[in-house]
Amino acid sequence: MNTRGLRSQLKDSVPVTGLCPQAGSYGVQDSLRRGFSSVKNELLPSHPLELSEKNFQLNQDKMNFNTLRNIQGLHAPLKLQMEYRAARQIQRLPFLPSSNLALDTLRGSDDSIGFEDILNDPVQSELMGDPHIMTEYKLGVL
Amino acid sequence: KCPLVVSRTFWGKNIKCVCFYRNALLEADINKLGFSSPAARKTGTTICGVVYKDGVVLGADTRATEGMVVADKNCSKIHYISPNIYCCGAGTAADTEMTTQIISSNLELHSLSTGRLPRVTTANRMLKQMLFRYQGYIGAALVLGGVDCNGPHLYSIYPHGSTDKLPYVTMGSGSLAAMAVFEDRYRPNMEEEEAKRLVRDAIAAGIFNDLGSGSNIDLCVITKGKVDYLRPHDMANKKGVRTGSYRYKHGTTGVLTKAVTPLNLEVVEESVQTMDTS
Repeated sequence: MNTRGLRSQLKDSVPVTGLCPQAGSYGVQDSLRRGFSSVKNELLPSHPLELSEKNFQLNQDKMNFNTLRNIQGLHAPLKLQMEYRAARQIQRLPFLPSSNLALDTLRGSDDSIGFEDILNDPVQSELMGDPHIMTEYKLGVL
Repeated sequence: KCPLVVSRTFWGKNIKCVCFYRNALLEADINKLGFSSPAARKTGTTICGVVYKDGVVLGADTRATEGMVVADKNCSKIHYISPNIYCCGAGTAADTEMTTQIISSNLELHSLSTGRLPRVTTANRMLKQMLFRYQGYIGAALVLGGVDCNGPHLYSIYPHGSTDKLPYVTMGSGSLAAMAVFEDRYRPNMEEEEAKRLVRDAIAAGIFNDLGSGSNIDLCVITKGKVDYLRPHDMANKKGVRTGSYRYKHGTTGVLTKAVTPLNLEVVEESVQTMDTS
């Protein structure tokens, strides 16, 4: 992975400021919600491991589902993904941190500890979004 | 009131990468001013392990360096992983500390879930998968040893995630000195005293021949059902005792005259400010 160099980490689509991925509604850059954007931030990752870490869980899941499909047939990953989708919907109000207990139990990550449990724990975050604004955003009223 | 919705960019689950921007900016600014940014505290180290007849002996020196300065004269490099597994760590001190703690927690949860004593190979696999995931950015070189249901095992784990299962291993900046001693005197199925002497001599070779290692020698003897954590096993570098004192005795300087002037201070104003201790 290291030998391919930084060029291989350029994101697939060349984003132009204002088009994606900072685009909000109307396709315009959403400064209010996502802050200022710069081409440098969009094109290159700020750390060599950023892309690999961002997609780590997704890639693991993809690999596991593929193996499961090859062994047990299509129904197995289909059923599991349906359960994940259901468990992911069990959330508290948008401005409160959710425990995601059902999701963790399904994933099997309830008996393992990683950096995401120690560093930057959302339960201990000093900032909280404004409750009214966040619920309005979630409901699509904003 | 400005309705600003705070949205966070995550990579991974909760890890942000804003710190890298800040560090890169700081680095550039500091270099412009002519200073160099602080170096991470490393444990330029000698750690080693040997498998003997009944178990495993792990050894480590106790010096932690920060560049050319000794940061900790007596740090503990043999970390607990589980009651029957211990791990010596070389490389960046914080990395070895946090990595071994995370793996220790995971192994504890795993052993509670299986209901069995954890195996050394489980710890090895967890460590190597985590270190490979971070592609060597976690600078932890480890010597993992323990006794489980299959007997004594010893592994060496490199920062990029490769591991070796061997009867005797050394890691760290003093590894060559220690390995020289091992290559000369190791033989299979040693007795406990002989194994302890061998590890002590290997670490001493690292301490006296490598600048990054020093101070005392810690040993950890792991057998089936028993762990002997000998800290310090041998104080190879004791600080000397001062033979004389340069302090002057009372009365060395003769007093010629003495004049006492009392200062009359009167209380002008007194105010009490209560602290908010809520």
